[in-house]
Amino acid sequence: MNPAKKQELSRIASNIRLGILDAVHAAKCGHPGGSLSIADIMAYLYFEEMRVDATRPDWADRDRFVLSKGHTAPALYAVLAEKGYFPREQLVTLRKIDSFLQGHPDMKKTPGVDMTTGSLGLGISAACGMALAAKIDGKDYRTYTIIGDGESEEGQVWEACMFAAHYKLDNLCVMVDWNGLQIDGAVADIMNPTPYDKKLEAFGFHVIMADAHDFDAIEAAFATARTVKGKPTAIVFKSVKGKGVSFMENQVGWHGVAPNDEQYATAVAEIKATM
Amino acid sequence: MADKIATREGYGKALVELGEKYDFVVLDADLAAATKTGMFRKKFPERHFNCGIAEGNMMSVAAGLAAAGKIPFASTFAMFAAGRAFEQIRNSIGYPGLNVKIGATHAGTTVGEDGATHQCNEDIALMRTIPGMTIINPADAVEARAAVEAALLHKGPVYMRFGRYAVPVINGEGYKFELGKGITLKEGNDVTLVATGLMVSMALEAAETLKAEGICARVINIHTIKPLDTELILKAARETGALVVAEEHSVIGGLGSAVAETVSAAYPVPVLRVGVEDTYGRSGTVPALLEAYGLTPANIVAKAKAALAMKK
Repeated sequence: MNPAKKQELSRIASNIRLGILDAVHAAKCGHPGGSLSIADIMAYLYFEEMRVDATRPDWADRDRFVLSKGHTAPALYAVLAEKGYFPREQLVTLRKIDSFLQGHPDMKKTPGVDMTTGSLGLGISAACGMALAAKIDGKDYRTYTIIGDGESEEGQVWEACMFAAHYKLDNLCVMVDWNGLQIDGAVADIMNPTPYDKKLEAFGFHVIMADAHDFDAIEAAFATARTVKGKPTAIVFKSVKGKGVSFMENQVGWHGVAPNDEQYATAVAEIKATM
Repeated sequence: MADKIATREGYGKALVELGEKYDFVVLDADLAAATKTGMFRKKFPERHFNCGIAEGNMMSVAAGLAAAGKIPFASTFAMFAAGRAFEQIRNSIGYPGLNVKIGATHAGTTVGEDGATHQCNEDIALMRTIPGMTIINPADAVEARAAVEAALLHKGPVYMRFGRYAVPVINGEGYKFELGKGITLKEGNDVTLVATGLMVSMALEAAETLKAEGICARVINIHTIKPLDTELILKAARETGALVVAEEHSVIGGLGSAVAETVSAAYPVPVLRVGVEDTYGRSGTVPALLEAYGLTPANIVAKAKAALAMKK
């Protein structure tokens, strides 16, 4: 990736992180950790990888994105705002009464949200349905979904994986946000779903391991995914929960807690310093 | 003697007929032979998708298909649709209001010998709590066929309830189905028998028995349980002053509850319920089970007399 592009993506990812912090701080609740861990992936998806048009959120031939780990909605809202689906100023209405930015993604309320999610395990199945619809209709749009590493403890995730491989959904790209932490502690301690690579391979996926915070690796992973035929692709992204805010990184306590005013100011300053 | 056909047969045939005319897809969870979607699979193999024994995934896949513009019919037994996949139906289909049609067969006690694990007496109650969900429970195969087309043309989620057991065909050639509209099958002013599904033919039988005893019962077929035809129910409450509601479902949360809720809020009169009391089913032949759980014309007659006695 050329340096200018990388710099631009870094800038976008930082803006997404700021958007996440603004939203969660204003809401006084929400999920910053797992939102920050996918900020770089979201930047790449919406600004490089996906065929989308913010002026036409219902465009029939657009690529689809399903945030199966729906609690990290702030990351989705922040990238949609950055992309121009709605004004960035609206991010602070997150979780407020009558806001179009619900605690978990709502396709009927938020322009650019392709699927209502939040209950874990359901989104990846819906993404399979979208990918199947493209196959039935002979359309070339692709479907992307991010599941959490903790989310993969849900049995439905594996039902969906079986389905995706059975129907050869090579237009489907499943990403695992492997940040290693879930609400109650380390994923490995709560209910260890690893090894992701071997399990997903056994379920019929082409599996790619990549660093979630390295744009070269992200680019290479998505480029490979596009070349895979006859089977779905899974990209297992090794990520850092809370990435970008030093005191949130790898801290399980920041799964679902909002920063107070002081913490918010420190976090924003840290991110701005890198821009 | 009327022909006897299971409503699931009507479902299967309707899918095949409508498949020629409309663009939709059918999902099943390894029960295509039993749910009768197998007929559709035979005719349109490229539009039938077996999801394997994974009902939760099937419902969310259906939601994804609908979000991408397709109209999916998702089929399995009522227990595994409304029961196992309740949360997927609620969150993936109901909450976003997606255009998914759920074909739930083998509902109620008349699953028969398979026993309590498969006898779903709770599905209407579960589905009624989902905002925006339309619920249809046809009385015979003719109504079932018509209901499938109405469901297809309706934009939004629909739960269709079908039975395994062959039941009398009470509707004729010219039958017209109107979503959300109950049908008055028999006029009468002493008491009203409100019935749904296979209990409709039993209600008609009960009305004959009552007539012989000088009691003139109105009979209403409610095929659309939600949205309920409250106008017709309240008219019956006002004009007959007592209601009996009969359904092959738990007395908790089904049509009986829906009618009682409606009547108690707007025109309180006695509402007695015929259905499975708060208990599980068990194995047995269908006639033996219907008898054991009081799903009989005789029980409707008894409840009608009790309701009459309560009239002011």
